Amino acid sequence: MDLLEYQGKQLFARHGIPVPTGKPAKTVEDAVAAADEIGYPCVVKAQVLIGGRGKAGGVKLAKDRAEATKYATDILGMDIKGFTVHEVWIEGASQIEEEYYASIVFDRAAKAPLVMLSTQGGMDIEEVAEKTPEALARLHVDPLLGFQDFHGRKLAFAAGIPADLIRPVGAMLSKLYAAFVAEEAMLIEVNPLIVTPERDVRALDAKVTLDGNSLYRHPENAALRDPSAEDPQEQMAHERGLTYVKLDGDIGILGNGAGLVMSTLDVVGLAGGQAANFLDAGGGSKADAIVSAVEVILSDPKVRAVLFNIFGGITRCDEVAKGLIEAYGIIQPTVPFVVRLDGTNDVEGRKLLSDANLPNVATATTMNEAAEKVVALAKTGVAA
Amino acid sequence: MSVLVDRETRLVVTGITGREGTFHATNNKNYGTQVVAGVTPGKGGQDVNGIPVFNTVAESVEKAGANTAMIFVPPRFAADSILEAADAGVRLIVAITEGIPAHDELRVYTQLKRMPDVRLVGPNCPGILSPGKASVGIIPASFFKQGNVGVVSRSGTLTYQIGNELAQRGFGNSSIVGIGGDPVPGSSFIDIIELFQNDPETELIVMSGEIGGSAEEEAAEYIAANVTKPVVAYIAGFTAPEGKTMGHAGAIVSGSAGTAKAKAQALEAKGVRVGRTPTETAEIAMEILGS
Repeated sequence: MDLLEYQGKQLFARHGIPVPTGKPAKTVEDAVAAADEIGYPCVVKAQVLIGGRGKAGGVKLAKDRAEATKYATDILGMDIKGFTVHEVWIEGASQIEEEYYASIVFDRAAKAPLVMLSTQGGMDIEEVAEKTPEALARLHVDPLLGFQDFHGRKLAFAAGIPADLIRPVGAMLSKLYAAFVAEEAMLIEVNPLIVTPERDVRALDAKVTLDGNSLYRHPENAALRDPSAEDPQEQMAHERGLTYVKLDGDIGILGNGAGLVMSTLDVVGLAGGQAANFLDAGGGSKADAIVSAVEVILSDPKVRAVLFNIFGGITRCDEVAKGLIEAYGIIQPTVPFVVRLDGTNDVEGRKLLSDANLPNVATATTMNEAAEKVVALAKTGVAA
Repeated sequence: MSVLVDRETRLVVTGITGREGTFHATNNKNYGTQVVAGVTPGKGGQDVNGIPVFNTVAESVEKAGANTAMIFVPPRFAADSILEAADAGVRLIVAITEGIPAHDELRVYTQLKRMPDVRLVGPNCPGILSPGKASVGIIPASFFKQGNVGVVSRSGTLTYQIGNELAQRGFGNSSIVGIGGDPVPGSSFIDIIELFQNDPETELIVMSGEIGGSAEEEAAEYIAANVTKPVVAYIAGFTAPEGKTMGHAGAIVSGSAGTAKAKAQALEAKGVRVGRTPTETAEIAMEILGS
């Protein structure tokens, strides 16, 4: 789960990491009130989960109330790369002497947290890593030992941090690491980490990704999920406990098992179609879960045909067939379905479907055949 | 021969008194696996369909001679259960549980690395099946028969799909190993491929990967340097968008890292043939083994 910048900063503040003072606002009135309270000059920053906000005009420095009003009006509701701005963060303007970069990544390949530090902040760090790898100091931390003070010094010296800042930067890294562990983050990135004229070190930005599997231990983080920012189908699926990802195509997909569903999207792609979604109905799906899933898939108006690709292991094909028959009773879909049932109780499942004689439902025995059929149907809109 | 589980396997199931635990422990037993114990703290002395229940894994090792553990407890207890099994002296731990926090997995992985005799397979995996010998996990065993193809996969149902395509073409399996879809799997492709390379019964290895991480790329390097048996690969997720988790916690493309295309290219560059669909993967395997 990705946090908005200000949510990341509030998380930082809880762990004693210095951040500029600020306030979130959802309306122009609230934004101006926040600006008055914080004082001028202040920065009005769009809160969306996408990079490149500054270039898109989503970050502005306001020197007085009139400018704060104008910028808040401009930015709230603005579209940044497909993301609508619902909230702004009003922050006191910082004086910047140096811009550094710091991050902690859950490094899957090394199976250890990776701490990185560079004096070349404010830039695209992938570019720094590529062009001047020596400018990016890196250190893996043993998760059972944790981050030690000497790790901080080692990174700071390696990155070429000036002598007077070795201690404060090291202390900053220790706190970031503590937050990374305590909040169970997958990524914490501060770009830029600034040095003020008073030689104070502060996080001017915050990019935080949390582990969705650990949210049950962090109810305060789980509450940060903003349903209004989510796609309507994804929100509906989330409420129903379904694993659903919205995609750009017009063929609705339901399968069991993440790998098989990913593979189904690919096979549909190879057959010349494009999936409208990823939906993993999971292991052992019962009929009511299938009904619920069909409702989510069909609530996407782009869907012109639906493919069921089931290989029954724990999932029983007869339960899936029952679910589809029930769904037909409840929602009477107008788009054609192609159903491929294989594995546990496949014969029973196919018999249930043929006995039910549902309109617009075609069956297939293999994945490739099913994909070809559904792609043809999505193009003509009629079942074979 | 086969790898990891066979007739010598003596299985203890943690979480055996839960609904899923009971169901799958019983299935494994009915398949012929020696399921010698279950563990649920506080329920020691009971039995589940004839399988004795103990309070601790250590007791199941001492009294029932368990040498393999299957973890079936809910995510919040799973890391503890894995560490308990390792501490009790169990050599092979198969963790089925899905949804374990990533930082828990990291701590478990780091600790187990210090215990070279202990092997963890999973979490978030369907388990291990050696057809005709033993089944530890939730793989629908009736679809598979004994044979010479070793399968290692990050996904459960995709394994069944590919295994079934092979079975329809007359091939059986030495073992099928699900390594799981999480970011920190206890065993990697490399670990399992090494076992298949050393297993006399295995003549061909099928590896089924997916987007996210770099395990497939690392396997490609390993295969080129160490594996003499033919390897056929499949990668799922060519059409997956960047930045979205596709069901498995580990299946996510981050920027240009972890794409299916990069993985397929890395494998092909090392001489591993990659099928574009599960069907094509099975066809390549058939072509190599001859029909």
